[in-house]
Amino acid sequence: MRDYQVAVIGAGPGGYVAAIKASQLGLKTVCIEKRKTLGGTCLNVGCIPSKCLLHSSELFFQSKYHFSHHGIDTPNVHFDFSKMQTRKNEVVKSFVQGIDFLFKKNKVEHIEGYAKLVDPYTIEVEGKKVTADNIILATGSEPIELDFLKFDEKKVVSSTGALELSSIPKKMAIVGAGIIGVELGSVFSRLGASVEFVEFLDRICPTFDKDISDAAYKVFTKQGMKFSLSHKVTSAKVDNEQVFLQVEGAKKTKELQADTVLVAIGRKPNSSHLGLEKVGIQRTEKGFIRVNDCFQTNYPHIFAIGDVIGGQMLAHKASEEGICVVEFIKGTTLKLSYVAIPSVAYTYPEIASVGFMEKVLQEKNIPYKSFSFPMKANSRAKCTGQEEGFVKVLGHKTDKTLLGVHIIAANASELIGEAAVAIQKKMTIDELANTPHAHPTLSEAIKEASLGAFDKPLHL
Amino acid sequence: MKKEVKVPSLGESITEATVSNILKTSGSYVEMDEEIIELETDKVNQTINAPESGVLTVNVKVDDVVKVGQVLGEIDTEAKGPKKEEQPKEEVKREKPKEEPEKKLQSGAKIRETEEDFLQSIGSEQKEEAKEKPVEQKKESKNEKRTRMSKLRRVIAQKLVEVKNQTAMLTTFNEVDMKEIIDFRKNEQESFQKKHGVKLGFMSFFIKAAVKALEQYPEINGYIEGEEIVVRKYYNIGVAVGTEKGLMVPVINDCDKKSFAEIEKELKVFAEKAREGSLSIDSLQGGGFTISNGGVYGSMLSTPILNPPQSGILGMHAIQKRAVVIEDEIVIRPMMYLALSYDHRIVDGKEAIGFLVQMKNYLEDPVRQLVDS
Repeated sequence: MRDYQVAVIGAGPGGYVAAIKASQLGLKTVCIEKRKTLGGTCLNVGCIPSKCLLHSSELFFQSKYHFSHHGIDTPNVHFDFSKMQTRKNEVVKSFVQGIDFLFKKNKVEHIEGYAKLVDPYTIEVEGKKVTADNIILATGSEPIELDFLKFDEKKVVSSTGALELSSIPKKMAIVGAGIIGVELGSVFSRLGASVEFVEFLDRICPTFDKDISDAAYKVFTKQGMKFSLSHKVTSAKVDNEQVFLQVEGAKKTKELQADTVLVAIGRKPNSSHLGLEKVGIQRTEKGFIRVNDCFQTNYPHIFAIGDVIGGQMLAHKASEEGICVVEFIKGTTLKLSYVAIPSVAYTYPEIASVGFMEKVLQEKNIPYKSFSFPMKANSRAKCTGQEEGFVKVLGHKTDKTLLGVHIIAANASELIGEAAVAIQKKMTIDELANTPHAHPTLSEAIKEASLGAFDKPLHL
Repeated sequence: MKKEVKVPSLGESITEATVSNILKTSGSYVEMDEEIIELETDKVNQTINAPESGVLTVNVKVDDVVKVGQVLGEIDTEAKGPKKEEQPKEEVKREKPKEEPEKKLQSGAKIRETEEDFLQSIGSEQKEEAKEKPVEQKKESKNEKRTRMSKLRRVIAQKLVEVKNQTAMLTTFNEVDMKEIIDFRKNEQESFQKKHGVKLGFMSFFIKAAVKALEQYPEINGYIEGEEIVVRKYYNIGVAVGTEKGLMVPVINDCDKKSFAEIEKELKVFAEKAREGSLSIDSLQGGGFTISNGGVYGSMLSTPILNPPQSGILGMHAIQKRAVVIEDEIVIRPMMYLALSYDHRIVDGKEAIGFLVQMKNYLEDPVRQLVDS
């Protein structure tokens, strides 16, 4: 008889959700977390705190620059960054305490400390051994560091450090214009920093479709952010005051000076201090834990989920995987369709997408039709003055199955929900187009784009 | 306690069925063994009976395609009276017994659905829809009447074409002088009926003759699986019976071990059940060879289609008096043409012809060859 039926290592959105679900399904469950607080990267140093600062900074930006369009005079708007930070910290605190509460409510045992596998059924947590019938590895990921630009989390920061800055840097350089980069860049740009990106690829946000990237580039540039695309940082110098980056493009090399540098070039799996080699759990070259179609490692009772197995590094992806694994342990097979997992950037306008990228359809030779409906022609967007962006839908050319929805628009993060449902249920574009949408709402743009794909939009 | 209602095993070649009728709705109180759901397969309609008494919850709707083993609903045996709120699905899952982790090694299940899985799944739906839609959309003209094919008919249609495409089927013919059998029946009928309570028909002679011929030509009682030939060492003979809903082929098992009377009794039961539409799926499974009698409808000659995975089917035909030459004299004899369709992939012409010749010999000398043995 082992101590637990399920032991989860890591209490991020993958691990804590799996632990709660396991306990709800009647399995004796323990969750082991290295941090003092539960919630992992997402709650402590990721999704949640960044969304707090994004919203605070957007309110400031709007009141300063956009309220006047609505006839509201706000000549002397000021912000207190330390209060923004305090508010953010309180939100985070209430969330992590909330998970403590959920663990207690659902009778999930919580052990604090670094976990290490000593044999396939035994985990050592700082000297103490626990055994379990099933083990779920949900240890997440951490920011990738540049060799010549180590994080000091003051002048050279990862996303974690950027969220903890005590003041707004005058000049901020951001290496990597992916989702994390442009979100944090937006925060500091809105609050007055001069923000410049160095991006290795020829476009920003490369996990979205090219037309979305291009539209985002235009809006962000208009907001004052600068981008050096197809450039890379080759070396760096850090002195007491500033950081100097050597930036190399196809034609010329330049020096970029900044008070703070955010390095947001991706994340790597946390898989190296878990004792995986000792028990013989296989990893990929990049350190991701190898799993089969049921999230099983080479031991059928040891599972891995979330960032540590790779794929899209998204909190909700990890949570869904966690639930699937726990159901699998109970003997139920829940399918998880990766195509239906949405991805969002909380910039202004927001970017959200679900389903196939257009490029992928082209590569796979899938016949498809595409239609983009501009938010300019959407009545609600007109009312609120948030007319930037468009909704693009992709549908299978012959059977009209909805293959993808890509949105750059205000509230895209909320709009993408219906698209995810439609893709999960493999609905056709016609079904989406024939679904009544409230008027006037931004969501009508999805209906209009769907109408446009095989027929004609009504309002264009 | 809750008892799940599952799709029972529908036999070797059937993996799915269509819900054709829901006889008892969710929330109704059902008695044990009461009929609750009707399933339609390509072979037969199967009613699902309540495994326990209690309040029923049905998770499927009419026209849903269900797989063998799938949970159709559940019966709450503790609930009394006709109404109770539906239990959320999670409750069902929670009751599944805990599996030992060692046992569930690489179960072959697939939780992670990739982009490829998605595309494959929509591809198949697309094909199915493309097949079905045009028929529905065309308008009926004055000179034509259109009705949608039943699921049974569609499956039959598909299966028949598959047989043609997937086997090398051809037919060989012979004829048999039925005089001896007719005389034997005339003479023995009364005592046979008195003794066994059932009429002595022609079919038992043909079944017995087929078994003996199959013993000599075992390939005809075999089938192809992958790259192997599997020869059955049992003699299960299917007998085609026409019914209102289409052709049914109930199977009489182990005909080599059964007497004429036993076979006739089984045939009688099957014929009655087929007319009532109450043939169970089990009774349609496991045939190794089929006999089809087109003679009852007056057919002189036909080429029957194989019933896969079988490799042979015998066609019986109408008995007609014809002038034939026996020992250099023209005599009138009641004659029947026989046809054997066979899968040339595993049965050669020599065997197929030999099989029919043997059958002819047995049938023309029934007393010595069959009844005595």
